[in-house]
Amino acid sequence: MRTFHPVESYSSSQAGYRLLPFRFLRLDDGAEVFVNEVGEFVLAPKGTARTLIQKQLPRSSDLYATFKAKQFIADDSSSPLLDLLATKYRTKYSFMEGSTKLHIFVVTLRCDHSCHYCQVSRQTADKISYDMSLETAAQSVELMMKSPARHLTLEFQGGESLLAFDVIRYIVPLAKKKAEALHKELEIVVCTNLSNITDDILLYLRDENIMVSTSLDGPAFLHNANRPRPGNNSYELTIKNIDRARKTLGVGRVAALMTTTQLSLQHPKEIIDEYVRQGFHSIFLRPISPYGFAVKSKEKTGYQFDAFLDFYRTGLAHIIEINRKGYDLSEAYSKILLTKILTPYGTGHVNLQSPDGAGLSVLVYNFDGDVYATDESRMLAEMGDHTFRLGNVRTHTHRDIFTGEPFLNLLSSACNQSLAGCSDCAFQTYCGSDSVFNHTTQGDLYGHRPTSDFCRRNMEIIKHLFTLISARDPEIMRIFLAWIQNSGLREISKRAPS
Amino acid sequence: MRLTTAGTPSAFRKAVVGIVSREPLPVGARANRILVTEAVPHRAPELSGYGGFLTTARVEDQIVSLPTISSVRNIDHLRTHDIVAMEPRNGFIRTLYRPDSHHNIIFATERCNSNCLMCSQPPQDRDDTDALTERNLNLIRLIDKPPSRLVITGGEPTLLGERLFAIIASLRDKFPETYLHMLTNGRVFAWPGYTAQLAAIKHPNLVLGIPLYSDDSTTHDYVVQAKGAFDQTILGLHQAARYGLRIEVRVVLHAITIPRLPQLAEYIYRNLTFVEHVALMGLENIGYAPRNMSELWIDPHDYQDQLESAVETLSTRMMNVSIYNHQLCVLRESLWKFARKSISDWKNIYLDECQTCGVREQCGGFFQWATKLHSEYIHPVPAATSQPALPCTRIP
Repeated sequence: MRTFHPVESYSSSQAGYRLLPFRFLRLDDGAEVFVNEVGEFVLAPKGTARTLIQKQLPRSSDLYATFKAKQFIADDSSSPLLDLLATKYRTKYSFMEGSTKLHIFVVTLRCDHSCHYCQVSRQTADKISYDMSLETAAQSVELMMKSPARHLTLEFQGGESLLAFDVIRYIVPLAKKKAEALHKELEIVVCTNLSNITDDILLYLRDENIMVSTSLDGPAFLHNANRPRPGNNSYELTIKNIDRARKTLGVGRVAALMTTTQLSLQHPKEIIDEYVRQGFHSIFLRPISPYGFAVKSKEKTGYQFDAFLDFYRTGLAHIIEINRKGYDLSEAYSKILLTKILTPYGTGHVNLQSPDGAGLSVLVYNFDGDVYATDESRMLAEMGDHTFRLGNVRTHTHRDIFTGEPFLNLLSSACNQSLAGCSDCAFQTYCGSDSVFNHTTQGDLYGHRPTSDFCRRNMEIIKHLFTLISARDPEIMRIFLAWIQNSGLREISKRAPS
Repeated sequence: MRLTTAGTPSAFRKAVVGIVSREPLPVGARANRILVTEAVPHRAPELSGYGGFLTTARVEDQIVSLPTISSVRNIDHLRTHDIVAMEPRNGFIRTLYRPDSHHNIIFATERCNSNCLMCSQPPQDRDDTDALTERNLNLIRLIDKPPSRLVITGGEPTLLGERLFAIIASLRDKFPETYLHMLTNGRVFAWPGYTAQLAAIKHPNLVLGIPLYSDDSTTHDYVVQAKGAFDQTILGLHQAARYGLRIEVRVVLHAITIPRLPQLAEYIYRNLTFVEHVALMGLENIGYAPRNMSELWIDPHDYQDQLESAVETLSTRMMNVSIYNHQLCVLRESLWKFARKSISDWKNIYLDECQTCGVREQCGGFFQWATKLHSEYIHPVPAATSQPALPCTRIP
């Protein structure tokens, strides 16, 4: 007959434990949050960090088991299971596989709008100067296809991209043919204000399976103030044409993005309600852009920063309320962060990842063949700063671009793991680095965290999300889980205990 | 339901596996058949050609040279087409397979490298692996119609080493459509070589049921009474997933596993996202369990909070989760839709209290050994309060 041994026989034979890599932070309410390399977190009472690090955590405590199970500490009862940690790390960074996936083609700078926040559009009939030539288009496609990624997204931008519909019609079959020959999957998106849309264009987009992404800044008073055009009827045109586009392409094939301006900051609820009214199920409360007016005045930036946080918090609360009432609406920025916090998966969002997505995840092919690291980089170029021009499709190969000085400079500050102020930050795993932002707002790629708006904004937003998570409101948790799993509250609740 | 009986063995030295026939068969159709009767045939030719002979009668002299067990205590449960094993040593007659049952098993071995505190089938240390492998391969040869479902269990099946592959390969060849569930502690899968060989068999419907009792290695190792078992099982789960094997995680709920059940659910989501099913199972009062009951017992009524929290965590993260071996009257109503009728037909009972219960039909009931110990909160549930859509489907 076999015998049984007491639990003590299975715990560590030696006193003490080892620390595995993790970082921590005290939240505003005194609670402490611990995060490790793979994004697992522990919320614990004030004082835990001190006890933990001084190796005073009692072995019999629940927290001890939790820290051990989440791989923050290791003792002799169990191997540190480093293979497991490695697998989780790989999973978190799987977004890097294949390198550059998003390829933005600026097919024209011409536009019928004159939005305040736009640095690039030209109101001109001069087609030759500001449209992408077919030769440049072909060379851009050639370069794009050199990307090792299996799944590519081709995004047409402008100006108003559809003003250069002939260029688009030239690029689409060319890109599709090349992608097929290389066994790559290709998704195509056209970013358009829809004001020039015709039935012929819509049918073309439908037949070529092209998605539409348009701009909707809020209700009429706000949208029209943000996006002036002759006749001051941008809102009316947009709404009418979203409807037309949906009828031809399908509701799920038309997305909208809003740009936050100073005026927007005062109207989070109105903007969100407009998205609901128009039947959208996702909204992106985008940070106010530092390109253009914001960089020019320091005091203004500070004011805008606090105003943006208010805007975000009020907006998020309103969005959660809307979900509670039965309408599925996710907030894109929170969704990115919550995916990092609550799931074992990683997510690459160009402006919120480490390594920085500039070049690594996105490339921008300007109308004149210049290749930029990000959309923001070419806006900077329009303001006279060419730091992030990585090359030109006529003169540079894929290799030239990724071994050239501009890209290597970017890369040197691309990992927040090695940036002062980030390397020991509890939220490092969830956050990112944005060298283009650093350069624009602080004058160097590396940046200075204590005065960085990027840092402050993400710290505050992540803290806010942790406040909501630690409140343990089961319905908020379900709403968050619905977002990160592309589901809805009702759908999730149907699966859950009820 | 009876699955074993015994009598007086004669005329054979090696175990015989054969198909029961309650009626005499024509001479040409007797191969591998075991005639079961209450009488003793008068003439030897009446038995010629059978693989074996079972009778309740006493057989005084050696009238037949056929493997025989006489004076069998009970044959009522033996039905034509059942597959049984006749043991020469002790005269045991074990029912190995019943064509009309949903709960047939391939019993791989009684050996185990763990020694779980609540093991329902306590391990034996003698080496039965060769004998049982031969018996099981014979059994598979004799099964006629494809079973919808088979369970390979033990003991720890992987202790058969490569002989396990022979069993799974023969099932793959003969019954590729059969849902094959293998209950294993998964420790051996920490060895990539072994896991690769199992995966290479490419059984199209094999699912490994692997137990994990805590996110805390000390607690898991204590429950399975094996130091280092947690690490091996976790690595094994990952190896198995890496080789594309399908996996179910099984958790037995008792006083040692309940306190960290919510954390275990989170651990499974974070670390074992690839598992296709998580089964949260009530304790069986059999085997080792009664001996360790003072440490194991917690009334299911008292762990509904932890259970609901674990189910919430898993289900809202799109993981499939089921509750086995629980009675609806003790289970919080919010959890009813996760309850399955999981108890094998031959050990499934209901209590007197259940007679007037309005949801008895949907309830999985009890293990037969629950008569000795069960929740203090068992009570009939009025049909009116029951939810409109009761799932309680049988497990696959």
